[in-house]
Amino acid sequence: MSKTITSPAVRRLCEAESPAASKAGRPPILEVTGLRKSFGRLEVLKNVSLSVEKSEMVFVLGRSGSGKSTMLRCCNRLEEPDSGAILLEGQAITGREVNLDKVRRRIGMVFQSFNLYPHLDARRNITLALRKALKQPRDEADARAAAALARVGLTEKAGSYPAQLSGGQQQRVAIARAIALEPAVMLFDEPTSALDPELVGDVLGVMRELKEDGMTMLVVSHEMGFAREAADRVVFMADGRIVEQGPPEAIFTDPQHESTRAFLSRYSSAP
Amino acid sequence: MSNLDRFIETFLNGAVLAKYTPAILSGVWVTVELSVLIVIAGTVLGVALACIRAYRIRPVSFVIVIYADIFRALPPLVLILLAYFGLPNIGLSLSSSAVLFVILGLTLGAFAEEIVWAGITATDKGQWEAARSTGLGFGQSLIHVVLPQAVRMVIPPLTNRAIAITKMTALGTVIGVPDILNQATTAQSFSGNASPLTLAAIAYVALFLPFVILSRWLESRFSWKKG
Repeated sequence: MSKTITSPAVRRLCEAESPAASKAGRPPILEVTGLRKSFGRLEVLKNVSLSVEKSEMVFVLGRSGSGKSTMLRCCNRLEEPDSGAILLEGQAITGREVNLDKVRRRIGMVFQSFNLYPHLDARRNITLALRKALKQPRDEADARAAAALARVGLTEKAGSYPAQLSGGQQQRVAIARAIALEPAVMLFDEPTSALDPELVGDVLGVMRELKEDGMTMLVVSHEMGFAREAADRVVFMADGRIVEQGPPEAIFTDPQHESTRAFLSRYSSAP
Repeated sequence: MSNLDRFIETFLNGAVLAKYTPAILSGVWVTVELSVLIVIAGTVLGVALACIRAYRIRPVSFVIVIYADIFRALPPLVLILLAYFGLPNIGLSLSSSAVLFVILGLTLGAFAEEIVWAGITATDKGQWEAARSTGLGFGQSLIHVVLPQAVRMVIPPLTNRAIAITKMTALGTVIGVPDILNQATTAQSFSGNASPLTLAAIAYVALFLPFVILSRWLESRFSWKKG
């Protein structure tokens, strides 16, 4: 654990990890320890450790530049950490011998800018990885795509191209693309930041349903209200470190660290 | 004789046109054949090299860049003459058509590589990330996600360049390729009349105008609205 964590945060950390301790012997779905990453001289992650339990929804908050997106992107090695360990279901996924493509099939990722393939319709956006990475036959991949689209409520949009969809619909197709691979954990990188306010609710609604279905999720987002209401745990990052974490009520009503307080007072003029 | 009559007599002489049309048509066939082969070979070569360059293996990329720069810098006519008159001295004699095909194919390949490469680098980084995050490998991401977008993006400059290079098949005349222009100049010197050249011009327009129109169609067909 980082030496920089203040004592109340350590207390919270222990509280937060207590459910894990009760499931003794079963490793967390995702575990990050001692993660460090620099871009040139800028140290973005300074010894970050975090674990996500099965079916847990963990929200990562923090100012932009606090390292939260970089931390998330290290989890599926879109960003290569300088040092530290990342374990998926107890298996290390850092190191040269790891088959990264195989690992990434187990980690779904949803991006701020959706990143749907513009030359493929919604169905083929989803089936591409099923066909080419999982080598599924066409009918099986199509069936999975249909099921994934149904889960995000877009069955009728299977034949639509990204340009024909609203931002909210595009992001839901992107979520469907990720869940079709039946990942062990899903990473959300500011999934609603590029959306018009009236479309945010649809995407959050889908995320809530995923949580109810038991999906494990690690979410970087500024949706405070949603974090408070839906997250199992909130992690607050500042200056490349996790400075505080715990249940959302505790973090939002009684933040211990000064940067958490400063952040929350700036963001939550609303309750 | 009025000026108009003299003009028609010189450029649109019916008797001359009738006599030499078959020769020019045989030239059309040669030009079409060579053009199609050059466009296919050049485009395939360019796309393949751009894909190889995407792997960013330094020495390999270096060789590709050198090739592309040299072939884009040199006038094709210089290379055609050099290959046709130079290569036999080192024991490699190619037919005039083969020389024209190889040089123009390589020239188009050089331009196509640069154009497609520009498309690959212009494709949003998020597309790579999305593809890789679903477990597609580098090559799969390139072939199924990035390349289709890159090619669509560069269809207009690529077709323009292909048209420009195929028009250069007329350069084959200087080494004796029996293409449209060669047939026309031969007919012109036999008849002492410019009408075969007019016919050649008409043949070129008839041949390339559809490609120009096709390139416009491709431009609209392969563009999509940004989301």
